[in-house]
Amino acid sequence: MSPDDRRYTKEHEWVMIEDAAAKSAVAGITDFAQDQLGDIVFFELPKVGDSLTHLGKMGEVESVKAVSDLFSPIDGVVTEINEKLLDHPELVNQDPFGEGWLIKATMTDISQLDGLMSASDYDAFTAGPQ
Amino acid sequence: MVEFGGWDMPVQYPAGILAEVKAVRKATGVFDVSHMGRLYLSGPKATDFLDWVLTGSASTLRVGRARYCMICNEKGGVIDDTIFYRLSEDRYLLIPNAGNRSAVVAWFQRWIDEKFSPGCTMEDVTVTTGLIAFQGPGTLETIDQVADTPLSGMRPFSWTESAIQGATVFVGRTGYTGEDGFELLVQGNDVVKVWTALTDSGSVPCGLGARDVLRLEAGLPLHGHEIDEKTTPIEAGLDRFVRFDKDYVGAAVLKDQQENGVQRRLVGFTLPGRSAPRAGYNLLHQGETIGAVTSGSYSPTLDTSIGMGYVLERYVESDTVLDLDLRGRIVQVNVTALPFYTRPRRT
Repeated sequence: MSPDDRRYTKEHEWVMIEDAAAKSAVAGITDFAQDQLGDIVFFELPKVGDSLTHLGKMGEVESVKAVSDLFSPIDGVVTEINEKLLDHPELVNQDPFGEGWLIKATMTDISQLDGLMSASDYDAFTAGPQ
Repeated sequence: MVEFGGWDMPVQYPAGILAEVKAVRKATGVFDVSHMGRLYLSGPKATDFLDWVLTGSASTLRVGRARYCMICNEKGGVIDDTIFYRLSEDRYLLIPNAGNRSAVVAWFQRWIDEKFSPGCTMEDVTVTTGLIAFQGPGTLETIDQVADTPLSGMRPFSWTESAIQGATVFVGRTGYTGEDGFELLVQGNDVVKVWTALTDSGSVPCGLGARDVLRLEAGLPLHGHEIDEKTTPIEAGLDRFVRFDKDYVGAAVLKDQQENGVQRRLVGFTLPGRSAPRAGYNLLHQGETIGAVTSGSYSPTLDTSIGMGYVLERYVESDTVLDLDLRGRIVQVNVTALPFYTRPRRT
């Protein structure tokens, strides 16, 4: 079960509001995504100050199996990246919804979350035919 | 699960690729490689036949032993690489790759019909038997616990017969991981029994993902990547598995290449970090494309990224610095002697 304190995309990213007044959010990839990727060995993340576009490419995740693009769940500007992932990308395998967050950002418009999937919608989406 | 050579195969088991690789390097891993082919070649002309279609020698292979070599076409291109076992004076077991089995069977049948019939017959037992690879330094101890007869004293590239849980097992001291170990050929209805005996003894089930990382670390070629019908064993650096003193299909081309050189050769290379070179990425020198990657991965054993690829002959020396186009990002790679990993010798 995905946590219901955040929203999800069909590209298997999650985003959660940290401070609604400051429009700040944190984003990562889902447990389903990390399980599909297998052992993650490398992240290429955006830089602080980079602009994010909803469903635009924001980086790459590389597992032993393959390279996949990371897509931003939101419009906004990057304020922080999870530096721990540079040396410990396996944190995303171990704790994708917590310690394994990818980026923090200031959102252009927090109402954008209303257009994303809820946890139950996302779980239904990933449970469906692959 | 993925489709591989016409079979549904697991890329990984629950342990995950990195843990599976570690298990094989440090302890024991077990792979279901039943997708690989199993062909028997029998008859008074079987030895002459194999001498004609293989780059290695069958006539000098003693009964009880196995050999690795290539099956080449007339142009010296590699139809498949294979291990074959001499079972008796006139009977052999040969293991082609899953995806090449039908091509090998057709190729063999053509030459049997043309030159060696009657006197040589082929039997494909792939679908009625199973093949389990049991690999890693811990296999010596475990195999003696699970098998009815002691097997740890077997010589590399030898075979014998034993039994596990009442199942007859053909045991080869062979593998494709760069680690010590065994390959076990069993009847189809005994596969689960033997697999379970090995996993119950603590061996970690390993999938195709780990197998690919392990063979790459060991510098072993994979057909369809480092070798194919347009690549020769000389270009691939496999000349030690090629005889130059017998007549066989492709021999003239291979001998010519060995004497006069080739334009491109297979190299290994390393790059810092964990981002892997993938098949098809270009290798460059001063901005000019001089080769391409055939395989690459993060190597958990060496904790760096490694790759193999073909480059023009003048760039094959160790420590040559080349550029790799990693999805638009140019990174430096160092040409390195193969294999990347050699298992520690037992003392």
